[in-house]
Amino acid sequence: MNRERAAWFFVAPALLAIGVFFFLPVGAALIMSLTDFDIYALADIGNLRFVGLRNYIELLQTPLFWRSLGNTFYFVVVGVPLSIAASLGAALLLNSRVTRLKGLFRTAYFAPVVTSLVAVAVIWRYLLHTRYGMLNYGLSFFGIDPIDWLNDPHWAMPAIILFAVWKNFGYNMIILLAGLQSIPQDLYEAASIDGAGSWAQFRYVTWPMLGPTVLMVSILSMSGYFQLFAEPYVMTQGGPVQSTVSVLYFMYEQGFKWWNLGVASAVAFVLFAIMFAITLLQLRFAKGGEA
Amino acid sequence: MMRLRLVLPLLALCGLLASCTRPDDGRVVVKFWAMGREGEVVTQLMPEFERTHPGIRVEVQQLPWTAAHQKLLTAFAGEAMPDVFQLGNTWVPEFHALKAIIQLDAYLAQSAHIQRSDYFDGIWDTNVIDGKLYGLPWYVDTRVMFYNRKLLAQLGYRQPPTTWSEWMKAMEAVKRKVGPQNYAMLLPNEEYETLLGLALQQDEPLLRDGGRYGNFRSAFFRRALQMYADMFERKLAPLERVSNLYHEFSMRYISFYFSGPWNIGEFRRRIPAAAQDTWMTARLPGPNGYSSAIAGGSSLAIASSSRHPKEAWQLVEYLSRTDVADKFNELTGDMPPRRSNWEVPRLAKDPYARAFREQLEYVKPVPKVPEWENIVAAMRVMGERVAHGTISVDDAVVELDAEVDRILEKRRWMLDKEQRQ
Repeated sequence: MNRERAAWFFVAPALLAIGVFFFLPVGAALIMSLTDFDIYALADIGNLRFVGLRNYIELLQTPLFWRSLGNTFYFVVVGVPLSIAASLGAALLLNSRVTRLKGLFRTAYFAPVVTSLVAVAVIWRYLLHTRYGMLNYGLSFFGIDPIDWLNDPHWAMPAIILFAVWKNFGYNMIILLAGLQSIPQDLYEAASIDGAGSWAQFRYVTWPMLGPTVLMVSILSMSGYFQLFAEPYVMTQGGPVQSTVSVLYFMYEQGFKWWNLGVASAVAFVLFAIMFAITLLQLRFAKGGEA
Repeated sequence: MMRLRLVLPLLALCGLLASCTRPDDGRVVVKFWAMGREGEVVTQLMPEFERTHPGIRVEVQQLPWTAAHQKLLTAFAGEAMPDVFQLGNTWVPEFHALKAIIQLDAYLAQSAHIQRSDYFDGIWDTNVIDGKLYGLPWYVDTRVMFYNRKLLAQLGYRQPPTTWSEWMKAMEAVKRKVGPQNYAMLLPNEEYETLLGLALQQDEPLLRDGGRYGNFRSAFFRRALQMYADMFERKLAPLERVSNLYHEFSMRYISFYFSGPWNIGEFRRRIPAAAQDTWMTARLPGPNGYSSAIAGGSSLAIASSSRHPKEAWQLVEYLSRTDVADKFNELTGDMPPRRSNWEVPRLAKDPYARAFREQLEYVKPVPKVPEWENIVAAMRVMGERVAHGTISVDDAVVELDAEVDRILEKRRWMLDKEQRQ
């Protein structure tokens, strides 16, 4: 009993901090999502209406919300595998015995992660420029006509994905590299004695041993990529024709631009529910794979 | 989370330092927030104010334009409003709805420096709600046409076009001359001002029933949107985003652009010296000749939470004096809202400013509803969708009205509630 009380005493500060700075705001936001809190309510709380689930119901009838959800899924479904593939590829290259200047490449690949997003976005806007951009210049050698990356509704999201993958792959690369380095060498030796080529070694040694790391990386990337905001905010402001409006961008506009905090809170909870469900699925899928 | 932990103690530290270093000299402190370039420049006008008003000290804080609206709202929610602040004049209704700004009529009545009649009517009107004044115009902004005078002269135009149909013909002529790789008009899809300008040139209101419902289905808005769509349809305006407008203007990639006063300075600075004689400004061509235009700009407002409204008013009055406004115009290039200011040679003799001067007599405010920014953003998106050809003009106006009606739902409820009481 006494030990238990001491334990509570020790965790109390942490619990208090979590309670005040996490559970309290979340609870307040949940209540807010059931009201129509807006500037009129900010002026006089008497103008606040309790609307029940109306925010949620109206949200489901708002075309832009579905649009933003579709855009976000597009970004996640294409971006996450691409990002993990890029990270894994870079990690494998860096882990290879024949690679020279590993330190230099590791730093170079990791550099985009730590540079300021706004600054590199400016550079990327130049790279993506229709008439003067390097990307279109490069594509012209393959006989591809200039693409208006940031102003064509079909190409803006691919451009954002390309930018986000380039910006983020270095982070996962470091984690995967650590995972690769923790695979015991004798497994590879045993495999090569059994006559396994490099593809077979990757397929039957590296991939299964890396499984838990890849799972963790994919869960982290997925939750990160679902929260797409800064890239469209800086590069396209949600345009062209709303093709890069993400759920979070939609929430930001509702909440902080138009001050419809009730609607914005409802968006936050819908996004939370979706991410929670997908992470659960992912974990179940991973467990199924193990069994 | 981690960042917050870092930032909070830092903020506390800053607060402590600020309170330590602040001299307590018994003067009344007036906090003044201004945006962007104005915020930078206005500090130069403060020593003179403090000299002539010995009991007052002004603390100027500069806000970036892009974050200004949010910061003001957040400051209001957090009860941290300044005493005086610069307020975009289309935001006045919103801050009035918040009861965040005070009525200025009583102060105005006693002022020796400020005469209502000296101000451009449309600009003054943006600050008036239900017959009461809530802000004093600080500087004005309207959109005029920047155009390639030389190119038009080569095509046989001695005068810039004054009607929509003449303007369309001029653009077609330019397009034929500059070829398929180039265009005539720049219509940036991220700006709503051009489409709004075309709509405002007609007499009908953008919202109907006292700002309860959208009026975008009306023939007048359809006409404006059709005109906007046609310019893209006929390849007179590029869909592509332009990164350096001045370069593209010199290259004849575009030859017409609707823009505001700050671009006079930019065109002067960034168009090559050899090509300086190519550009000129003109009043916007209207549906049937010159018509009304957007009354933009910023006002000065006093927060209702201010504990020193009298001193705050003295600052507002000082900044509105013609001599101070003249200095301000010299420093920023911002255009003064008082007619008497336009008589100084610097403005009266500036050929590029003439179009602004003439047009300012015909500016008119946008609908005065707190939701305006949201409505105009919805209108911008619809213009963009029409430009990309993903929705027809007829469908666009119906969808836009539906969205605007939804945005105005709370306002209707508020108005009904007021009527019941």
